[in-house]
Amino acid sequence: MTIENFLLMRNEISLLAVILLILIGEIFVSNKKTVINIAIILFIVHTIIGFLPLEIGKLFGGSFRTNELVHFFKSVLNVGVIIVLLQANDWIKEKLSIENKSSEFYILLFATLLGMYYMISAGDFLMLFIGIELATIPTAALVAYETSKKKSAEAGIKFILSAALATGVSLFGISMLYASTGSIYFTEVSTLLTNTPLAVLGFVFFFAGIAFKVSLVPFHFWTADTYEGAPISVASYLSVISKASAVFVMVMVLFTVFQSLSAIWVNMIYGIAIATMFIGNLFALRQQNMKRFLAYSSIAQAGFILLGMIANTDLGITTVVYFAAIYIFSNLAAFGVVQSISHKTGKENIDDYNGLYRTNPKMSLVMLMALFSLAGIPPVAGFFGKFFLFTAAASKGYYLLVFIAVINVTISLYYYLLVVQAMFLRKGENPIPFYKNSIAAKAGLVIAVLGIFVIGLYSPIYEYIADISNFVFK
Amino acid sequence: MDYSYTILIPLLPFITFLILGLGSFKIKPNLAGLIGSASLGTSLILSLYTAYNYFIKVGKVDGAYEAVYAFKTTWMNFTPTLHIDMGILIDPISVMMLIVVTLIAFLVNVYSIGYMKGDTGFTKFFAFLSLFSFSMLGLVLATNLFQIYIFWELVGVSSFLLIGFYYTKPSAIIAAKKAFIVTRFADLFFLIGILLMGYYTGTFDFAELTSADSSQLAEWTSVTFMGMSIITFSLILIFIGGAGKSAMFPLHIWLPDAMEGPTPVSALIHAATMVVAGVYLVARLFNVYYVADDGLALEVVAYVGAFSSLFAAIIALTQNDIKRVLAFSTMSQIGYMMLALGVSGYEGHDGLGYMASMWHLFTHAMFKGLLFLAAGSIIHAVHSNMLKDMGSLRKKLPITHITFLIATLAIAGIPFFSGFFSKDEILLAAHHHNKFLYFVGLFVAGLTAFYMFRLYFGIFWGKEKTYSDKVHENPKSMTIPLMILAFMSIAAGYIPFSKYITADRQGFEGHIDWNMAAIAIATAVLGIALAYVFYKKETNYPEKVTKAFGIFYKWAYDKFYMDELYFFITRQIIFKRISAPFAWFDKKIIDGTMDLIGNTTVKTSEKIKGTQSGRVQDYAMYFIGGIVVITMVVKYIM
Repeated sequence: MTIENFLLMRNEISLLAVILLILIGEIFVSNKKTVINIAIILFIVHTIIGFLPLEIGKLFGGSFRTNELVHFFKSVLNVGVIIVLLQANDWIKEKLSIENKSSEFYILLFATLLGMYYMISAGDFLMLFIGIELATIPTAALVAYETSKKKSAEAGIKFILSAALATGVSLFGISMLYASTGSIYFTEVSTLLTNTPLAVLGFVFFFAGIAFKVSLVPFHFWTADTYEGAPISVASYLSVISKASAVFVMVMVLFTVFQSLSAIWVNMIYGIAIATMFIGNLFALRQQNMKRFLAYSSIAQAGFILLGMIANTDLGITTVVYFAAIYIFSNLAAFGVVQSISHKTGKENIDDYNGLYRTNPKMSLVMLMALFSLAGIPPVAGFFGKFFLFTAAASKGYYLLVFIAVINVTISLYYYLLVVQAMFLRKGENPIPFYKNSIAAKAGLVIAVLGIFVIGLYSPIYEYIADISNFVFK
Repeated sequence: MDYSYTILIPLLPFITFLILGLGSFKIKPNLAGLIGSASLGTSLILSLYTAYNYFIKVGKVDGAYEAVYAFKTTWMNFTPTLHIDMGILIDPISVMMLIVVTLIAFLVNVYSIGYMKGDTGFTKFFAFLSLFSFSMLGLVLATNLFQIYIFWELVGVSSFLLIGFYYTKPSAIIAAKKAFIVTRFADLFFLIGILLMGYYTGTFDFAELTSADSSQLAEWTSVTFMGMSIITFSLILIFIGGAGKSAMFPLHIWLPDAMEGPTPVSALIHAATMVVAGVYLVARLFNVYYVADDGLALEVVAYVGAFSSLFAAIIALTQNDIKRVLAFSTMSQIGYMMLALGVSGYEGHDGLGYMASMWHLFTHAMFKGLLFLAAGSIIHAVHSNMLKDMGSLRKKLPITHITFLIATLAIAGIPFFSGFFSKDEILLAAHHHNKFLYFVGLFVAGLTAFYMFRLYFGIFWGKEKTYSDKVHENPKSMTIPLMILAFMSIAAGYIPFSKYITADRQGFEGHIDWNMAAIAIATAVLGIALAYVFYKKETNYPEKVTKAFGIFYKWAYDKFYMDELYFFITRQIIFKRISAPFAWFDKKIIDGTMDLIGNTTVKTSEKIKGTQSGRVQDYAMYFIGGIVVITMVVKYIM
């Protein structure tokens, strides 16, 4: 093994370097704000390097593998993280740096991202498990980051307990899979796996662990409580970056490792998709808190993603990855507005948004675009994302499922409109006063909105994804 | 012929929207109205120029009007065979719709300068109007199903903003949401229809879909499900989408409520443009409708259209809010257009229904737009929507009175007004195809004449009322659009439509079948006479007019038993026994079912909230429970 081989892990190495540099900067630079700026700049550099083309191949006997799709997805996650960081900038500068814990925020966040990199590059269950753990445990610390708030601590505890349960179950599942095949390598397991009771049980246990991260019903209960208590940037990170990476892993293992069990998991996904869409939507209907509202809406969105998975073809991969990319930008735009308003005024309820258009028209328009994209109204990207997911499911003849999804789109439209209505059509008794955003927050929103339009309207992106959509690792 | 300039027609309103929308806090109201009118005016001129080029200058090529792509670009390759294009399609119906949309939008814009004066958010209103015009024009010019769907939804969004414009009125907000959600619900069927269509035919393109030869068609229709080909299913699904926007039974429930919006908006959206989108959609795909399974889907269109037409006309008899009468009347007239499409053939003179439908769409846009704008003028003057607050307004509002009368005569189908010509062709087409539908159409024509004249007499004649001195004719910016539309309500009947707009694009010589026309005229006159007897009584109607209607007047009025009979039939039987239950059915059953679905959703949501207890122990239990259930299902059921 030569040093060139290690360059396959360029993304991981460069992110690790970023983490170490922040650590060193924390020791030698006394001004906290400088460290914050350094951290963001380093990460942007890391993202730009990430866009450079990369050799594809395997390392460590197939434990770590990468191809164009994996590499592309890492870059998408990077861009998402940049948006999260920009939107969180004011909060970090004005709150965390005073409490002297701003650098740790970056280190923890980047550590979880590193974990996600390993998750999606994993070629065996061990690497996958380590990745998941690395992506989960620091997140619990981030959720409980606002130590002064009781709710934040409560959310942290709930998250770590639920996550521990999910991890335990998942690990149990892996051990059963090992017992039935004698291997932990994906390529070997996929050929050796047969429809035995032990293997099926192992699969369901393992699946539950991933489903927890995607917050599919009935493994979703932690979501709303955690999002509500967590700092908003952490909630948005969880709902977007963490969820997207878990979706990617789910597609990968279902389509490759568990291909021989596809008869089982297709039906399972069918049922879970219906449950997830309905539960997410029905709960979202009656939320007053914007964070909880977005939590349930994100559960429902996960239900829609399953429609692409059920296709079990390359078209399925394409539509899921495409939708995930759109979802990242749409949800980040929505969370960005919630974050900005909450940071400036402390208001987080839908009623507080009454008459927002009059006082802050630009913020309202960003929110409008984000919600329309989530609701799937053309010509914003979310529409194309949903349309392609539905096509993928319909191409395999799941018309009933598409019909149910369509009903859910209608339900979701109702609650997304509630917010639109509050902003545009209602008059606020005590509307949020006009304020100016910092440059970082503005940039965060602008990138997200651009993403919503560009991914939807600039078709080469879809074609590129379609081109690289496969789980073939050379 | 290079039509690439046509891109400006939708683009100008879009740019206006951007300017007005982003600068809505800096641009002065009057300037906003001026910018909006100027840009739509330019679009109108360009549309007329396009029509001149298309129909006159270029004319027929090889005996038919060509479908021309002003431009077309592949926007996304979805699968190797299926791609999504964006472009501009110029053909007879799209050119016709360009004129309808730009003309009405322009006039509504001008009218709104007077009507909306002093309203807060004046500039925003014009921004929304421009956005709507842009979306509607994009819809009209679409080259394929996917593109039309995108603009279809944009039309929905902008109409949501316009209906909910009076944001201080809670009913307006509810109505806006209802309109959006009901139409969106229908649109989802449309979407599934597009999906199926694209999947089984391998194309979204209108030209490719409508020009398929018989072997291709046989291939497409070979996949069947429950005795119908998948193509027919998808056509019916697409029609559901169209029925949602065009307020066909039972998806019409949003239309009357949408009257909460500003009246000029109703004139634009609910008379001339958005509501006819469904008709336009069926016309766009007419060839496919006609050939797939021998026009099975077309039969559905015909019967839904006929029923909606009758249903709405009966309800219109009982309404006392003038805008609601107009709303139901619109539904009824669109039902007429659907009916005409449904009974149409394809080639040459067989395509009479198609031609009649498009013609009626055109004339209806003129006279119904006029009726709404005139209603707006009346409401603006007396500050009420209710018929009971009106009466003998003819002297107070002379221009409104005359223009309203012209429009009423046109919709009633009185000879030499535009509605007569188009309606006559529809009835003729129905008579050729299906006698039952013909009689439904004829009956509706009578009802239409009756309720429209009930409205007319009730507003402008009827009981003497004293108004405050403030009631006077409206400013010029409002009356001039009325006069232009009044002129069009007559002139539109003299356009030789059958030469230009037919299903096979070849045109034919149209003529009026006076035997058939006589029956229709008699029905209309009967309706008017009844309205006259019932609603004009309290005034001293000038003798001259009495004489013109003299025979009917005497016949109905002097002869006691006849009089009683009419009263009995209409008031006792039609109103109480038929109309009232219809209205009840509409309100309780149709509306009620929709409400029930909504309420159930909310209630279910309320009931399951207990599971989210906030206790991690419970969550763990559900987590494990979930695994157990999934395992059991996987193990024992699958």
